[in-house]
Amino acid sequence: MATVTYDKATRIYPGADTPSVDELEIEIADGEFLVLVGPSGCGKSTSLRMLAGLEEVNGGRILIGDKDVTHMPPKDRDVAMVFQNYALYPHMSVADNMGFALKIAGKSKSEIRERVEEAAKILDLTQYLERKPKALSGGQRQRVAMGRAIVRQPQVFLMDEPLSNLDAKLRVQTRTQIASLQRRLGVTTVYVTHDQVEAMTMGDRVAVLKDGILQQCDSPRHMYDHPNNVFVAGFIGSPAMNLMTVPVADGGLKLGDYVHPVEREVLANAGSEVVLGVRPEDVDLSDSGRGLPIEIDVVEELGADAYIYGELPGSGPTDKPFIARVDGRTPPKKGEVVHFTPKGDHVHIFNAESGERISN
Amino acid sequence: MSTTTTTAPRAGGRGRLKDGRPRSPVSMVTMLVLAVLWTLPTLGLLVTSFRSRDDALNSGWWSAIVNPFGTSWTFDNYRRVFEMSDMGNAFLNGVVVAVPATIIPIMFAAFAAYAFTFLDFRFKETLFITIVAVMVVPIHVAFQPLLNLFGPNGLGIAGQYLAVWLLHTGFGMPLCIYVLRNYMSSLPFSVVESARIDGCTNFQIFWKLVAPMAMPAMAAFATLQFLWVWNDLLIAKLFLANDNTTVIVKLQQLLGTQGQGAELLTAGAFISMVLPMIVFFVLQNFLVRGMTSGAVKG
Repeated sequence: MATVTYDKATRIYPGADTPSVDELEIEIADGEFLVLVGPSGCGKSTSLRMLAGLEEVNGGRILIGDKDVTHMPPKDRDVAMVFQNYALYPHMSVADNMGFALKIAGKSKSEIRERVEEAAKILDLTQYLERKPKALSGGQRQRVAMGRAIVRQPQVFLMDEPLSNLDAKLRVQTRTQIASLQRRLGVTTVYVTHDQVEAMTMGDRVAVLKDGILQQCDSPRHMYDHPNNVFVAGFIGSPAMNLMTVPVADGGLKLGDYVHPVEREVLANAGSEVVLGVRPEDVDLSDSGRGLPIEIDVVEELGADAYIYGELPGSGPTDKPFIARVDGRTPPKKGEVVHFTPKGDHVHIFNAESGERISN
Repeated sequence: MSTTTTTAPRAGGRGRLKDGRPRSPVSMVTMLVLAVLWTLPTLGLLVTSFRSRDDALNSGWWSAIVNPFGTSWTFDNYRRVFEMSDMGNAFLNGVVVAVPATIIPIMFAAFAAYAFTFLDFRFKETLFITIVAVMVVPIHVAFQPLLNLFGPNGLGIAGQYLAVWLLHTGFGMPLCIYVLRNYMSSLPFSVVESARIDGCTNFQIFWKLVAPMAMPAMAAFATLQFLWVWNDLLIAKLFLANDNTTVIVKLQQLLGTQGQGAELLTAGAFISMVLPMIVFFVLQNFLVRGMTSGAVKG
């Protein structure tokens, strides 16, 4: 068990002008579950592979514990990795797959068997130990890949989208299992995913990356309530936060003829326009005529809740729809026009130019 | 048999292929015609090998089939092949030449292919292109310089097995590297990365993972290389002393300048065919599909 430190770690692929991972700085505590999340091509897998030693580090350092592993080969780093496609050894049985690293390390046969059987019991694989990977289902293969990592008892687990090849139901189930397994084993874990729901539900902390640059690294709760910038605001949360550019009025934000009160010092340096972010659950809808008019396109009824998708005045057909969560029993009808105001102070205000958060 | 099996739709029923497409009569007839055409010369050879020289000269082999009792069948040809020439020894020589000349190039080429596929080093592509490019050098233009090199003025190994092993290795390896690299680059790269993290050295990755996964390609190439070396006349004739020479060279020596001994050639051909057949059928067991199935998903 150990801490992991990215100290301005940078990766520039040969022939590329811009770094794929740009001066990444994260400190991961001992036993912590950190999730790297971001859209495809944001550098999250590259960051993980740099930690694994599969990708060269062009600048900065990476530390595991106190040990500088920046230029160490993978085998000396004492990390175990679960690959997106599982990368099982096809000609070996499940038991041999799981015990392979121990065998390479020269452990005795009895110790290997003991540790493999122990891991198999945790993962419910005991009856499959003699099978070859091709005789297993996708979920079982995924568990073998996990087992291979557990058996190692490494300093750090690295997981590269381990759930993305499972079907939706199994994914949700395995998500919980991995999270609880990690808590039980207490091994520092770095987990890569493009799915923000996975990130929010599994991680002790979540690091959002975009274009190789770390946007924010925070606990899921804090990230949801205080996104650092427009990108994180739009990326974290499902359905996504509504983001709109609104003019600044005296003492607040102008939504149609309604002025939403905002503290004066917040808007002091904002300029004439800001980006307002409101989560779908923080929307008040009324037919009083106060606030911004929304024309409802689609109503999704989910039972307890309903989501309405609508258009803000002046938004084009390619713009993201406005989303609001409403009571499932009395949703407004399709085609209706309702007026929206944000609930209380559940608003996120961002600088219109830089996209940085200005409200607290 | 349970009754439920009958209700399941059977993809491979009558008149249908395994994937459910209907069988085409045209392709079936074409296949049959081609199969017969390809087998006909061998059949003729087999029949002729059991006929006496006079019979073979007077009538075609098909007349023996049409009228099996009107021709004189004989084992004489087979007997005389073994009596006249030192066939048993030549057979052994053939094995001594062919087995190392198959294993050595494949072993070296597999190492090289692994390096070309999974390692990074300077001038990798240039080196690979060079190796592939030398495949176009015809073996015949190299004989004279190689005879000089191996001969008494050079290394002095001409006439020995070593000379032939070196030649077959040298000329077989480029193609083998090319084929194996192509195959290895189709193997899942993450399996190799996983092994690196699991603590393997390159040597361990090669022997424990890549070699077993590349077995079908290596077996296919081994079959080809073995057949090529076993059936080779030119290199064996030029580079092996008469005591060390192979079956094929011995066969060629059975034939006199005026065509005498042609009937022995047919019998000898069948004797020389036995081993390649065995090798082919043994190695065919390795030509399995799905060597890497289950390794990766998607």
